[in-house]
Amino acid sequence: MAINVIKDKCIGCGICLKKCPFDAITLEDKKAVIGVSCTSCKQCIEPCPVDAIEFVQEESGIAPIDLSAYKNVWVYAEQRAGKVMNVALELLGEGKRLAEEIGGDTKLAAVLLGNDVEHLVDELYSYGADIVYVADDPLLKDFTTDGYTKVLKDAIDEYKPEIVLFGATHIGRDLAPRIAARLNTGLTADCTRLDIRTGKYIEYLEANTTANTSDLSADDGNMNLKQTRPAFGGNLMATIVCDKRRPQMSTVRPGVMDKIAPIAGAKGERIALNHTLTASDIKITVEEVVRSAKELVSLTDAEIIVSGGRGLGDASGFGIIKEFADRVGGVVGASRAAVDNGWIDHSHQVGQTGTTVKPKIYFACGISGAIQHLAGMQTSDIIVAINKDPDAPMIGLADYAIIGDLHKVIPELIAAWDDEDSIK
Amino acid sequence: MKIIVCVKQVPDTNEVKIDPVKGTLIRDGVPSILNHDDANALEEALKIKDQNPGTTITLLTMGPPQAQEMLQECLAMGADDAILLSDRALGGSDTWATSNALAAGVRKIGDFDLIFAGRQAIDGDTAQVGPQLAEKLGIPQVTYVQKAEVKDGVAKVERALENGYEKISVNLPCMLTAIKELNEPRYMSIRGIFKAAKFPIKVWNADDIGVDKTIVGLEASPTNVFKSFTPKPKGQGVVVAGDTAKELAGNLVSDLKKKHII
Repeated sequence: MAINVIKDKCIGCGICLKKCPFDAITLEDKKAVIGVSCTSCKQCIEPCPVDAIEFVQEESGIAPIDLSAYKNVWVYAEQRAGKVMNVALELLGEGKRLAEEIGGDTKLAAVLLGNDVEHLVDELYSYGADIVYVADDPLLKDFTTDGYTKVLKDAIDEYKPEIVLFGATHIGRDLAPRIAARLNTGLTADCTRLDIRTGKYIEYLEANTTANTSDLSADDGNMNLKQTRPAFGGNLMATIVCDKRRPQMSTVRPGVMDKIAPIAGAKGERIALNHTLTASDIKITVEEVVRSAKELVSLTDAEIIVSGGRGLGDASGFGIIKEFADRVGGVVGASRAAVDNGWIDHSHQVGQTGTTVKPKIYFACGISGAIQHLAGMQTSDIIVAINKDPDAPMIGLADYAIIGDLHKVIPELIAAWDDEDSIK
Repeated sequence: MKIIVCVKQVPDTNEVKIDPVKGTLIRDGVPSILNHDDANALEEALKIKDQNPGTTITLLTMGPPQAQEMLQECLAMGADDAILLSDRALGGSDTWATSNALAAGVRKIGDFDLIFAGRQAIDGDTAQVGPQLAEKLGIPQVTYVQKAEVKDGVAKVERALENGYEKISVNLPCMLTAIKELNEPRYMSIRGIFKAAKFPIKVWNADDIGVDKTIVGLEASPTNVFKSFTPKPKGQGVVVAGDTAKELAGNLVSDLKKKHII
């Protein structure tokens, strides 16, 4: 076990018991004992007043691999019905940045699987791909875990990418773990930030977090992918590394990374994947793909989002939210509390288990600001909170806080918006 | 039919708060619960059992000894057998190592027709263990299942997508991961609670399941926590001035306008 209590130093004060998010530490004979729930999150190390807790690196049981054989950054170019998903374009933007951070002759590649998808290759070049690997086959017409896993796994074995990024969509989160398990490598889910060089990582930590960076050194030469994600229901952030296996694999939430401005006419290298997929490899049958009749909520693309939470009181509260959103040209969002109460469909949910958003303006109406909600919207450019409770966490986070009754304030906001327009 | 349901005891992360001054986690008084999606997984297995007498449901979990409380809750809902994998050697496993341990547990259980799991657990939110267990067992998977019908050795399911769903059929044995939309989990029955209180839950260690100890636990896990921390509170915002709703709204809109935000 990697977290170790130095028994001679431990004074049994119990501080570490309170700090452990996973309730993994107990006191036995007035000494701290690390239990099986420990995830080595290291939250207990710093608070220990007598430095009795240490992190011990131990040898892995997996046979070591030659890390230097792995090169280049890959992005899984998820497409549905012949259209590249937005998140794949965002990942190309991020992948390009990572390839540059690694330096040397590191290339960015997109991996495109499907049937009749050849027309998407140019689009992938224009968003930054140096190479596009293509497997175009009738067997890949519909997404199947079995078919896509086999083709991608074989491609990774052949070309040995250092990093593979997937969008954290329902498909990406189905496919990536299966591939990682087959390759016996690590996968980090729902990343919100990726770093290569420790120096850049330290800059990020110091600007945005409460992390103590004194144990890091900017020029330590550690080039492992540092994958930062919300942990523990969004209450903590954790940076995960996969230092002994390759490729390093991550899924990334849609709406988190920035795509580049497309370069018209950009060209790259197209490489056809030689795959050995046969119909018998695919154990499931996709009988039909049904597009939702319900209104598609495009929270990730919205410039203005008006979100409602528990403070609305009941489902009818979304009436005024919708009216305001329509007035300002925005989209309706919701907190988990509002969705769990059945006031509005899950597709509107913003947060750790909903959609991650970063609009120009985020109106949080009657949303107290549970950490899991904040995890999905705190990078919005401007946050406006409307809440009766001046102590609500959302009020503390907001750029503009209105302490008041949203049922009275929002109609006035609509009116004020009209007035502003009339001045123009 | 033999069904295995994978469940996990999790801290109710909705109840966790952050100390606004120190930026640290306040965990006091946070209850441990049956993971939400896993309750849906169990309910779907119970529905199959209701319709197919003779079906047995075996619960499988990995965790500390106190996870037995959650297994008792699941038994009281109607499951037939319960296994807890608990061993210091399994502690600190990431999703890859966890799936290796669970796969060894499933192999020791023996024959099965169907494995249900929740899509993801609220403490990690990775959604990786279900697919990775399916891979280690060499069976097909369908994730994000919002509707399921199991008959004559075939599961006909609906798999939720962001903008719709897929209708999928798959031969048993297979792994299905459940989402909230799948069903409404039942309550424990009084009879079930009495039965569960006395039920001999099996606790298996790493030797019992015969797992290769070099592929489980923290040291074997390909991923490691490099650092963990809390975000910095933003806190440079302004409280909009005004005594009435009209003043508040007017001041906000004119300030947004002045700063060319709108």
